[in-house]
Amino acid sequence: MPAVVEARGWGWRHAGRRPWAVDGLDLEVAAGERVLLLGPSGSGKSTLLAALAGVLAEDQGESRGSLTLDGRQPRAVPGRAGLVLQDPQSQVILPRVGDDAAFGAENLGVPADEVRARVTAALAAVGLDVPLDTAATRLSGGRQQRLALAGVLAMRPDLVLLDEPTANLDPAGVLEVRDAVAGAVDATGATLIVVEHRVAVWAEVVDRVVVLGPGGALIADGDPAAVLEAQGRFLADRGVWVPGRSPAVRRAPLAPSAPILSTERLVVGRDRRGVLDVPDTALPAARLTALTGPNGVGKTTLALTLGGLLPPVGGRVLPAPALADGLRGGPWSWRSRELLGRVSVVFQSPQHQFLTGTVRDELAVGLRALRRTPAEVAARVDELLERLDLVRLAEANPFTLSGGQQRRLSVGSALAVPPRLLLLDEPTFGQDALTWAALVALLLEGVAEGSAAVAATHDPELVAVADGRVALERERAVLA
Amino acid sequence: MTPLVDRINPLTAIGVALLVDVVLLASVDVVTAAVAVLAELLLAPLSGIRPARLARRAVPLLAAAAVAGVTISLYGRTAGVVHLRWWLVVVSDGSLQLALATALRILAIGLPAAVLLAGMDATRLADALGSRLHLPARFVLAGLAAVRLVEVFGEDWRTIALARRARGVGDTGRLRRLPGQVFALLVVALRRAGLLATAMEARGLGAAERRTWSRPSPFGRLDVLALAAGLLVVALAVGIGLATGSYRVVLT
Repeated sequence: MPAVVEARGWGWRHAGRRPWAVDGLDLEVAAGERVLLLGPSGSGKSTLLAALAGVLAEDQGESRGSLTLDGRQPRAVPGRAGLVLQDPQSQVILPRVGDDAAFGAENLGVPADEVRARVTAALAAVGLDVPLDTAATRLSGGRQQRLALAGVLAMRPDLVLLDEPTANLDPAGVLEVRDAVAGAVDATGATLIVVEHRVAVWAEVVDRVVVLGPGGALIADGDPAAVLEAQGRFLADRGVWVPGRSPAVRRAPLAPSAPILSTERLVVGRDRRGVLDVPDTALPAARLTALTGPNGVGKTTLALTLGGLLPPVGGRVLPAPALADGLRGGPWSWRSRELLGRVSVVFQSPQHQFLTGTVRDELAVGLRALRRTPAEVAARVDELLERLDLVRLAEANPFTLSGGQQRRLSVGSALAVPPRLLLLDEPTFGQDALTWAALVALLLEGVAEGSAAVAATHDPELVAVADGRVALERERAVLA
Repeated sequence: MTPLVDRINPLTAIGVALLVDVVLLASVDVVTAAVAVLAELLLAPLSGIRPARLARRAVPLLAAAAVAGVTISLYGRTAGVVHLRWWLVVVSDGSLQLALATALRILAIGLPAAVLLAGMDATRLADALGSRLHLPARFVLAGLAAVRLVEVFGEDWRTIALARRARGVGDTGRLRRLPGQVFALLVVALRRAGLLATAMEARGLGAAERRTWSRPSPFGRLDVLALAAGLLVVALAVGIGLATGSYRVVLT
């Protein structure tokens, strides 16, 4: 039986926070309905899904009003709702595919024979055709998400909840997961609620769009086309990716320029094991180049190798004289301090690269390593704080910033000593349309000031803004 | 082909390792330990683990045995002929014998673990603990989650170290910046642990009164053989130790 969801004046406040994440929400979802839930960051969409999935415990905050699943508290009916989350890696619970898919059904106490039958059926339903003992951690992001979905389907939920299930995937992975969801819901008739920033992908699979405003106020509700027509402007202004309303940074691609770095029979990999043969490539100076390719092809490894953080497994990385500036050899042979001003790398997760306790110190790290005078450091940092829109947060701990702010800070600290070559790993990942625009503007400023920026990315909007593109394919890479 | 040892029930593997270790921990003489090491080395190939891998697992053991052996030979209780005397260092027959016995004991106690436990699959262990010993599911699954997290933390630590080089501070001040690096790992780790907990709860963790353990955790002929091998090692070591009159028990 597909589930019925009903919220009556429902609200939730996370422990230790003053404002309510959601408040006064009135919403009804009929059995078998498929709903796309939209709203700006901070509108409590994820909170609502977590509550429906029964993963919000009483000790994690307080609630008011009522939220029911078929007339009962979600926590009283565990397993009626199944939730798929955003990050594929962190949803791999057990190392082997078959074991991971069985985890949920086992927790519900389903008899062993039945668990095995359900796992086979669920993996078939999401089209994951791999041996049961395949290592789940080695699957591509798209396949990991389909595995998480299979694990949820094996629980036979009456309500399927998806919290930005495709935000971290390459374009092929996005469609893979979307189609698996559509197929599975068609087959089971379960009620579906999806939260996603990227509307275009999901609009055709759902039959209703619900828009939440800040604090969970219901702003619009109805047929997808009609809601997007009426509320498109409102949503786009608040960071939702609405079809036809992309925050396009209009920009004519710049003509190719002299290379700042080139590769020769380069093989990249980790621990001396090659993962990718890179065809000889030249990266133009003062241009934005997109580095694209499917999940797991080796984009990150290539970016880290070009940035002098990993040794080439084979072949050579050849910096132009303008980049080497008197140094011999490739970036890998340079000292850490010599990288400053030459090459900077921005990692996929900003938290990995924070070194200090305040935003101000974070921006000053490179400048101080170069022994700039305190006055010079202060002047540059103040300028950056202004441009990054982080002035008010100058003394805050970087770890306490929001995702979008952390990302701007990590890019800003890479630009503090303007590098001739800036490598970025998925810089726009997980950004809403507003933070996206701020970030791309920052990048393009760096390019205008003479940095060559190379972004490993899945993001079609970012690729559209780039001056050129290096497309990697499995086992080889092609310059397009 | 999975090594035979990976087809033993994890509980058997733990049991056999415990059996051998408890008996050998109780004895301190050279002969018992030497026979045990010899028997273990002869039986180890039956585990099906490739020799190169087994050697790698034994490296920390060999290092520990060597360190203990050298230290005791230099500082151990003096007895019999003295070979060398320099400040606090006295090398004598007595200290050499004790050193040899200690080094052999470390090997004798460590080898069963290196063969039987070092490569144990966490999921199979969890299945055995849950379905055979009927330990509480939450406890078993928490252990399993911890194993998964440790894997991820290693990767995080490497990334954090790379990021320091990228930021221009990788050349010097390693020690001074260590606390910052540890803090970064902690923050990332907490976030990861939270996400994993949510992912597990989203799949109904703790939902049913009785969780199903859908993978069988059988005991079979191999388990009997493993147990026999353990008993053989113990019997040979203690038997020959007693027969030669060299067997000595701790605390006597």
